Parts: sequence; C-alpha cells; structure tokens
Amino acid sequence: MPAKGATRKVLHRDVIHGLHNILGASHVLHRPEDLSLYEYDGSVEKGRPGAVVFPTTTDDVSRVVRLAAQHDTPIIGRGAGTGLSGGALARTGGIMIVFARMNRILELDLKNQRAVVQPGVVNYELTHAVDHAGLYFAPDPSSWKSCTIGGNVAENAGGPHTLAYGVTSNHVTALELVLPDGEICRVGSCHGDSLGYDLTGLFVGSEGTLALVTEITVKLLRKPESVKTILAIFDRVDDASETVAEITARAITPAACEMLDGWTLRAVEDFIHAGFPMVSAAVLLIELEGLGEVVAAQVAAVEEVCREHHAREVRIARDEQERELLWKGRKNAFGALGRIAPGNYVLDGVIPRSKIPQALRRIQEIGERYNFKIGNIFHAGDGNLHPIVLFDPRDAGQYQRAIEASAEIIRYCVEIGGALTGEHGVGMEKSELMPLLFSDDDFALMRRIHDAFNPQSALNPGKIFPLNKGCGEITPRAQAAVRAVPL
Amino acid sequence: MNAVATNVAARLESVIGASHVNGSSEFCAKFAVDDVVPSAVARPASSAEVGEIVRFAKSEKLALIPSGNRTKLGMGTPPGHYDIALDMTGLNQIAYYDPGDLTLSVDAGMSLAQLEDALARQQQFVPLAVPFFEECTVGGVIASNIGSSLRPGYGSARDFLLGAEFVNGAATFTKSGGRVVKNVTGYDLHKLLIGSLGTLGAITRLNFRTFPLPEGYGHLVSTFSTVDSIMRFQAIVSKSSLTPSSFDILGPEAAQAVAEFKANRHSALPPWFTHGAWHVCIGFEGAESILRRYSSDLVQYAQQCGASNYHLLEKFEEKSLRVGLRELVKLLSGSGPSATIFRINTLPIFPSDVSDLGTLAARFSIPCCIFASSSGPLYFALQPDDLGDKTIGSLGHIASGVFEYAAAHDGSASILFGPTALKRIVNVWGPTRNDAPLMRRVKNAFDPENIFAPGRFVAGI
Repeated sequence: MPAKGATRKVLHRDVIHGLHNILGASHVLHRPEDLSLYEYDGSVEKGRPGAVVFPTTTDDVSRVVRLAAQHDTPIIGRGAGTGLSGGALARTGGIMIVFARMNRILELDLKNQRAVVQPGVVNYELTHAVDHAGLYFAPDPSSWKSCTIGGNVAENAGGPHTLAYGVTSNHVTALELVLPDGEICRVGSCHGDSLGYDLTGLFVGSEGTLALVTEITVKLLRKPESVKTILAIFDRVDDASETVAEITARAITPAACEMLDGWTLRAVEDFIHAGFPMVSAAVLLIELEGLGEVVAAQVAAVEEVCREHHAREVRIARDEQERELLWKGRKNAFGALGRIAPGNYVLDGVIPRSKIPQALRRIQEIGERYNFKIGNIFHAGDGNLHPIVLFDPRDAGQYQRAIEASAEIIRYCVEIGGALTGEHGVGMEKSELMPLLFSDDDFALMRRIHDAFNPQSALNPGKIFPLNKGCGEITPRAQAAVRAVPL
Repeated sequence: MNAVATNVAARLESVIGASHVNGSSEFCAKFAVDDVVPSAVARPASSAEVGEIVRFAKSEKLALIPSGNRTKLGMGTPPGHYDIALDMTGLNQIAYYDPGDLTLSVDAGMSLAQLEDALARQQQFVPLAVPFFEECTVGGVIASNIGSSLRPGYGSARDFLLGAEFVNGAATFTKSGGRVVKNVTGYDLHKLLIGSLGTLGAITRLNFRTFPLPEGYGHLVSTFSTVDSIMRFQAIVSKSSLTPSSFDILGPEAAQAVAEFKANRHSALPPWFTHGAWHVCIGFEGAESILRRYSSDLVQYAQQCGASNYHLLEKFEEKSLRVGLRELVKLLSGSGPSATIFRINTLPIFPSDVSDLGTLAARFSIPCCIFASSSGPLYFALQPDDLGDKTIGSLGHIASGVFEYAAAHDGSASILFGPTALKRIVNVWGPTRNDAPLMRRVKNAFDPENIFAPGRFVAGI
C-alpha cells in the first residue's frame, strides 16, 4: 500500500496557513523544535510530523481532515503518546491531530452505567469521575494515569484486569468517527446492540487506520464488594508458571494474575519498595474480586494451588495501602528496569495458558544462547507474555542479537498457537511480523476493509500492514519490536 | 425441477461430487427462505470444499445462503436471489480443545447440544444459552446473533468469540483473531461475522473461550403488580454487589408461555406462576454459600420493592424454568403461522412506558406478549389467529408503531420472525439507518460480487 505523502515531510505553507485559519495559531505547532516532541511515543520508533494540531471539537477535526485531503497529506491521530508500538507516530510525516484538548466527559448515565467521553479524556480521570457512584472504567493499562481513552480505543488497550473484564473493545458501545474525507458519522448505540454489522467492534483496535474517533460511549462497571490481593513467592520459576497453569486449569478466575521474575523483581523493589522479596525466583500477584463468598472460596483455592506448587510464602495484602503498593510496583516495573540496563526490548506475545511453563523455559534457553538477561513481568493469567530483553543499544552487535532473540521468541509464541500482540497493538513495530500469522488471502481481505474506509491511506499510513510484504515467510526487520529505555 | 435448477445441481456435482449435492425439488424445499427455494443444496465436508462451492458460485454469479440446522432461516428480509443452499452441517468436529487453557476451536456445523456434551466431560461450557438450543449449530448461533440468556453473567458472543475462519465472497479462505484469550493482532473481522446472517461469507470454524460449569444453580421468581415496582427492583439489584447470570422480566402472557412449557411435562402449572402478573426471574450460580447469599439478598430486595409473591427455585424446578426462559423465543415464534416477534433495543431494557406496546396490539385486537429478555433486548410478540390480508395489514401498522417506539427511545427495532407476507410489505430492519453506507462498505469488502445471501440484511445488503 503506497503511503500517502511518503516523500514530503515538510508541509507546504498553504497547509500551515489553512490550519491556522481553521484552528487559530495557538492550536497549531509547526516549528521543528516544537515538532521534535511529537516524533516519539512509548516505543523506540521515530517519525516526525509536519504539523501538530490540537482541535477542540469534532467539527475542527473534520475541517482539518478535509484540508489534509485537499493537500494530499497524511493524518495521524494521537492521544497521550504512551503507546508501545509506534501507533501514534507520523511514519511518513503529515498532520498529527493530538486530542489532548478534546478531554471532556460529555455525559454520565450512572443508572445505565454508561459514559460518553471525548477521546482526550485520560483513562484514570473517567474512573475518578464515577468513583463516588461505585463505578469504574475497566481497561487499566500501566499508563492509565496518563493514557487517553481515544488511544485505548485505537490500540484496543488491555491491562492486568483484562483477565476478568476483557480489553477495551469489550467496554465500548458506540463511537463518533471522522472518515478520511471529513465525513462525520456514528456507529453502535448506547445500549451496545445495534442492527447490522458490529462496526464498533471493527473500529476499536483498528489503530487509527480506518477513521478518527471523536466521541466514545463506554460501559462502566460496578466496583466489587470484596477484593483480595495475594502475593505468592516461589524459589523456582517452573513452580510459579505451573501454578498459573493449574489456576487456569482448575477454572479459578482471578481478576488479575501477574507474574514477575525474581531477578527483575529486585530492580523493582530497589526502586519502588513495594514489599516484594529481594530473593526469589518469581512471584505471582493475584487479585480476586467479587462477592465476599466468592472471593473467600477463591482465596482458599489459590492458596492451595500455590502451596501444592511449593510456594515459599503466600501473603495476602492486609489493607488497601499494601494492595496499592504491590500494584504500584507492578505498574512501574518497566520503568525500574532502566536502572539496570541501558536498553530493553519488550515483547507482547500471547500463548495458550497451558503452555506457560514450557514457554518460560524456552525464553530462558533463548536468553542463555544469545547471552542476554531476559526478564519476565507479564499478565500470566491470560498468557500475555512481556519478555524483556535487556541490552545496550549503543553496541551494534548486541542490538542485532537482541533483535534475533526477540524474533525467535515471537516465532515460538506463534508456533505454539499464540499471537503477536495481546494489548500493545501492531503499529509500525510489529507490522513486518504480521505474515507469521496471516496469509496473503488474510491480508487481501484486511486490505479491502482498510481501503473501504481509508482508500488513499491518508489515515495513519504505514501501520499494521507489512511494508516489505512479498509472499510467505519474512525476516523481521531490524527495528521490529525494539523498545529502548535510555538511562 | 426446471432446466436452470438441474443445471446448477449438475454443475455443482462436477465441482464437489454427486454425494455432496442434492437438486431434488422436494429436498431443496426444506432449505427455502421465505418461500424462495434454492436450485440445489450443497453439503461440503471440508473448508476446501466450501471454497470450491463459493468459487463456483462466484464464477457463475449464483447466490448462496449458508445454513446450519435451519432453525432461524426465517430471520431477515426475503432474499433477492437464492440459488444454492450451503448446508454447513458436514463440518461438525471439534478441531482443537485445550481444557487447561479454556479455549476451543469448533467447526461451524457442529450442533450446540453436541458441543455442550463434549465440553461437559471436562466440566466446561460455552455460555450460549440460546433458543433452539437442542437443534441449532454453533455457526448459526453466531451468524444470527440470537441472544443468550446468560448475557448478564458472561457477556454476549462478541465477548468470548476469540477468532473465526471463513470463506469470503472473493472465494478465499480467511481467518481473523486467534485461539488465545487475549489478542489484538490485526482487524477484528470475526466480530463483523456475528449477526451477519450469512451476508459476509461462510463461517467454517469458530474459536471460543470456554468457562467452568457452575457448581450449582438457583433462580428467584418474584411477581409484581406494577411496572414501577419492577423498575425499582431492577435498579436495586443492579446497584448491589450481586452479578446474576440471568435477569428476565416477563409480562403476564410471556410468563404463562414459560409456565405452560413446563406444564407440558408435568400437567399442572408450576407454583411460581401467578396468573395475570408480571414476573421477574433472576438466575444465579455457584457454590452452596454463594447460592445462599443470592437467595437471601434477592428475597430481601424483592420484599423491599413490594413483590406480591416470590419463589426460590432449585434443582429440577430451576432447570425447567431456565430452559423455558432460554426457549421462550422459540415457543413464541412457533405459536402460529402469523406469529411475529419484534426485537427492540433500548436503554434501559425495560422502559417505563412498556405497556404502550400492549396498547398498540390491543388497538388491532391482536394478542401479544412482552418480555425484557436476559439476552438484552425487549421482545414484543404478536400472535394473531390467521394469515389473512387484514391481519397482515394490522401487523404492518403495528410494525410502524414499534419502529417509532424504538426511535423515541433512541433505540432500534427489527422483526426477528414474522410471516413472509408481512416481510414483503414491511422492511424487517426498520427505517434506513445513518450508518447504512458504512455497512455497505463492509459488505463490498467481504463480498464484492454480492453472492452471499443478497438482500437479506439491513440497508438492502
């Protein structure tokens, strides 16, 4: 698919002039020093836009999109830029629409447990706004205090609690969209059941490649009566991973089940002081929620499984403060790794839960073979691995080996029945890996869907679909899946 | 059989072999959709054969309608063209099942009842408690998106369908999603298949998340004399910590239909039934201690809201009610040749002016029943005695009223089942929707030649 405007990174002054006319100068950035802030997201990929605009209404967005269409210029939507797959980067230049100023909660229907929000509303802000009514918004990515709901919708974001409540797609019932020709339309309905195809289901997770989302109707969940958080400490990684497999197989359904290996845990503990052990092979952070009776039964069952698998200690958070501290440790774990290595590679592969023990052994073996430390801090309960290859990106040899090791891990995930990404999205980071999962015929249909809405590739060009796609097996590109955290 | 029909069957035989094709008019009549009879029935035994049939249909510009056990072929608008019935029941195996991962991959033509048996051996199930349960296929349930009573507890199909394989209108075999429980790789095309009524392609395989079978079941049936008290009861339960697995609100006639369904086996009407009253049925699941907690809390709430009566059901009695509720749509759709069922989506699912619908039916002296189904929509079923022109005309007027009612509630309505004569004068999908052009784009991408079930869907798709 040819990327629109691929060769023209600097926008014509007529475009800048047009943007000023539509939005006013205070809503437009175009000087190189301003734009450089927007060439990054949470991944290591880079792509500088030709202009960055901050619309405040849907009509603004539509007019900017029409202007872009007149000038054959790509459009990239962006929330807070916390994404991990390069989804919100201007791969081929163009106008970046940042939704930061469309950040109003438009409607709260507490009785029916619905909210209508603009895309720039921060994930946590919505939960905060409905907390008094005992409600919350379920998707909870690690970046929930800064990421936007618009970004969550684009990437179909997850988080630890998706184990029980599903990813963003399960919580969105309707969308207002701006198509690449500037047309404004609505799909879905407030109740979630509408006649015809599930267009909402298609647009959520389409990574900004089909339309721009300007309004979102979401479901709000009721806070559970009881929450118990268990920290189980193991002296062998195998014991921890087999515990996860057994919890799943016994059909105990925690709200979250996270695994942190002992080695990376020490780095986290040094940084956060969450109460994690300094010496262990792995810990499981397991949260059980629901009716008191349900939680009591599940806590007993989880404790039993942990003990059967030789847990050294099973600790239940005594109060909300201790619980929050454990979660703070988990949610800031990736940041803590910056203290021990100049760069890291975070993968997002998913595997069947029954295969977690063998997958962790294989990851360990791959790490040893390539001479890397590979950490594992991940959503064990739904098989969403986040192997973290620690390396020094300044060393070209290490860099190349890190890429090869990562590719081998992802191939293995796919081989045992898994997928490339559980929650971070494909973006530009994993697009070249897509042929590991999808055939030419699969791509042909996805492309027809893409072209049905975005025929000129004006929206977010260069994402999801592999650029180097020929037929059959591909070799992942050098940049694929790299995420460097500089010291 | 006319020459064209003979021709289609004969040429199909050359594609997939005579044993997979039947062109006899008597047999083809079994696959009729709204009196439109196909020229041939093809029953492929593999996804490759599905591909061959679709390729043939595409090259000959013939219209296909995929079907399972044909329990819901009456849904949708009468088809524009219909040449080949694609009988998917030959694809009926479990392709992959990992009980330890609680994931499953099953051929679309497998019957839901068979699947239930296979999973029960591992103490698991797929939470599709749908009408026609004993006869229908997994693929048909997804393609029709017929509602599941377990939606409050487990969500709808879009929440636990992990992926799908299908042959699209370009005659290529494609997949979407995967077999793992969390996956955001690529567009979620399998979500589009849910409720697509065969218009996007032939589903060959579906991947589901499975769930543990509950240890036990309970149901509270309470009766109320006013709609207001039911709404209060519903609000209290939804604000509580309880998460019931099902929640049905039955108008007096709907309650009677469920009660009589049970009575067929036991002669007397069940004790929970009160003639002429609104009934609220709340299902819950779990271990003994959990069932006790639900029972005591729900009874307390029901009393607070002025329930005139309540019954806690368990074991056989509970199961009988649960099956009756699950099959209510089937019971009502089979109640007579003109039985017409509207599916109305509004928020809240039980609006305060729900009795307006009854008034609408009474104006035309047509018996009706109303229930807010656990599966999400409000159902409004009409049961006229005859199929005469006057009755069809009255049904048409009522349909307009129902569409207006839904629009006034910011919702939508459709005719789920109804006599063909009615469906020829009223668009079952209601007034044209604003998102119709977007729907057409999806249809064109999946089925550029418009060979899959043309004319049966919304917006003339």
